[in-house]
Amino acid sequence: MVGFILRRLLAAVGVLWAMTVVIFAIVHILPGNVAYAILGEYATPSAIAALEAKLGLNDPLPVQYWHWFRALLHGDFGRSLVMERPVAPVILEALQRSAVLAGFSFVLVASGGILLGIYAATHRGQIADRALMVGQFLFIAVPDFFWSILAILLFASWMNWLPATGYAPLGEAGVLGWAAHLVLPVAVLSAGLVAHVCRLTRSSMLEVLESRYILAARAKGLPERLVLHRHALPNALLPTITILAIDAGLLIGGVVVVETVFAYPGLGRLLVFAIEHHDLPLLQAGMIVLTAIYALANLVADVCYGLLNPRIRHGRSAA
Amino acid sequence: MSDAIAAVLTRRAPPPRAMLIGGAIVLALAILAMLGPWIAPYDPTAFAVRLRFSPPVAAHPFGTDEFGRDVFSRVLVGARFSFAMGFGATTISLLLGVPLGLLAAFHRGFVDEIIMRLLDLLISLPPILLGLLILAVTPPSLWKTIVTVGIVYVPILARLTRSVALGLLEEDFVTAAHARAEGAVSILLREILPNAWPPIIVECGLRITFAILLGSSLSFLGLGPQPPSSEWGLMISESREFISQAPWIGLAPGLSLGVLLVSINVFGEGLREWLDPRLAGRGHG
Repeated sequence: MVGFILRRLLAAVGVLWAMTVVIFAIVHILPGNVAYAILGEYATPSAIAALEAKLGLNDPLPVQYWHWFRALLHGDFGRSLVMERPVAPVILEALQRSAVLAGFSFVLVASGGILLGIYAATHRGQIADRALMVGQFLFIAVPDFFWSILAILLFASWMNWLPATGYAPLGEAGVLGWAAHLVLPVAVLSAGLVAHVCRLTRSSMLEVLESRYILAARAKGLPERLVLHRHALPNALLPTITILAIDAGLLIGGVVVVETVFAYPGLGRLLVFAIEHHDLPLLQAGMIVLTAIYALANLVADVCYGLLNPRIRHGRSAA
Repeated sequence: MSDAIAAVLTRRAPPPRAMLIGGAIVLALAILAMLGPWIAPYDPTAFAVRLRFSPPVAAHPFGTDEFGRDVFSRVLVGARFSFAMGFGATTISLLLGVPLGLLAAFHRGFVDEIIMRLLDLLISLPPILLGLLILAVTPPSLWKTIVTVGIVYVPILARLTRSVALGLLEEDFVTAAHARAEGAVSILLREILPNAWPPIIVECGLRITFAILLGSSLSFLGLGPQPPSSEWGLMISESREFISQAPWIGLAPGLSLGVLLVSINVFGEGLREWLDPRLAGRGHG
């Protein structure tokens, strides 16, 4: 088991390093000169040359990469070109706000999705199951940016229940003001993923419920509650862990969109800001941080899966 | 390869009704999208300053926007972009992913390892972030968004093709082909590919929904077609400013996008159920 975790950790570190190369390469090799991107289309050739010298853009790319990567290892994420200050504290602050948003959503997705999925599976074919099915289709197929706009229209513009956009710091606005700004983004961010987890939990639960050992458990005369909790759930939830890891990725992606719509000052909006203003150091650093978080989420999911799956736990098949 | 599909089609039960209904709506929308520029009652980019923010009326069924442009015409003309994204990007994933998957399966060992590890890199960022990263530096445009979405979903098709092909390579008819001294290309194209199609088609049906979702999200973030294009994601993004004043500007393209995506999804799920019942309930993103 320790070997399994170590191998996964090593793989994650490898992927992370490779991604620094990929991110650096994409930002520096794709057509669209860096200095030009920063200065815009009306830049004079001399201004471009001066900036290129200042940023060290005349060095060979591997040298530039090495400088950047070495600084990264020392915790120096570079300086934002637009804000003219070190990137690291800016990212950290935004990351904390995003973590609040994503954290609430993830708890909602995991608990809501699994509970609804189990409910749908045990009430198969009944009205609740069918209603959930229709809801899932809607929430999976309709993009979250459109749900965001509907939510703003409905709850902010028409009913005036909640603030449409923005963010209120906990210290200044108090718990209510802070929470009020979180309700709509968290709801939109979770809705599609709750549907997704619900649907997959339902199908994995149904598959387990049709298996022979469930038949055996029922034939023994075990009460249905015990059959569900002891025999069905542990096996049905195993695939759900993998799904939650995928959804952590979708959640990170959703954060970008939802933060943009709700003008929520988190990491996702910061990335979009960096792209709009061609702030490449900020973009690179933000991407690295998100890659690391995603790799960590996958690692945690792998380890949980390994811990809960007896075949891996006892080291027979360390796939 | 059409023989293989025909064989699959004839041995199955009749297609589920939901799939036919979904398919019919998609087809109708596709025809509307193709005819869009010719049947649109107004020029989708023509300003009419005196008609700004007109609510839906008979002359403008979806109202007009902040420049007095007819929202109905814009939605109609914009439909093409969503179809281009969905089908264009999926075609790109298919053209890149299937050969990579076949190669990886056929050579195993070193080649397999290299291909799969490179593809792992593509999925080490969530789809929308990989899209942002690829599109961040260059000036945005429709075709770049399509190519990017296509690249983002290459690993999914490559992995699927690889796993299907690995199974088929064990079959007797492949051993027979080896015995006839058929080359690698011949075996892959004539023996493996024709038999690997059904699951790949099913995956593509579902991929189109996600391609449109991802493409319009990127476009919503400003990394797709640029104004005055009437791509739906962009239209919705631009409508935000006037959401309380003139909600129809965003609702019209949003609901159209919803109808399109739900119908493609219903069709894709039906296709999956029909061609491969064992796969039901898997996969997303």
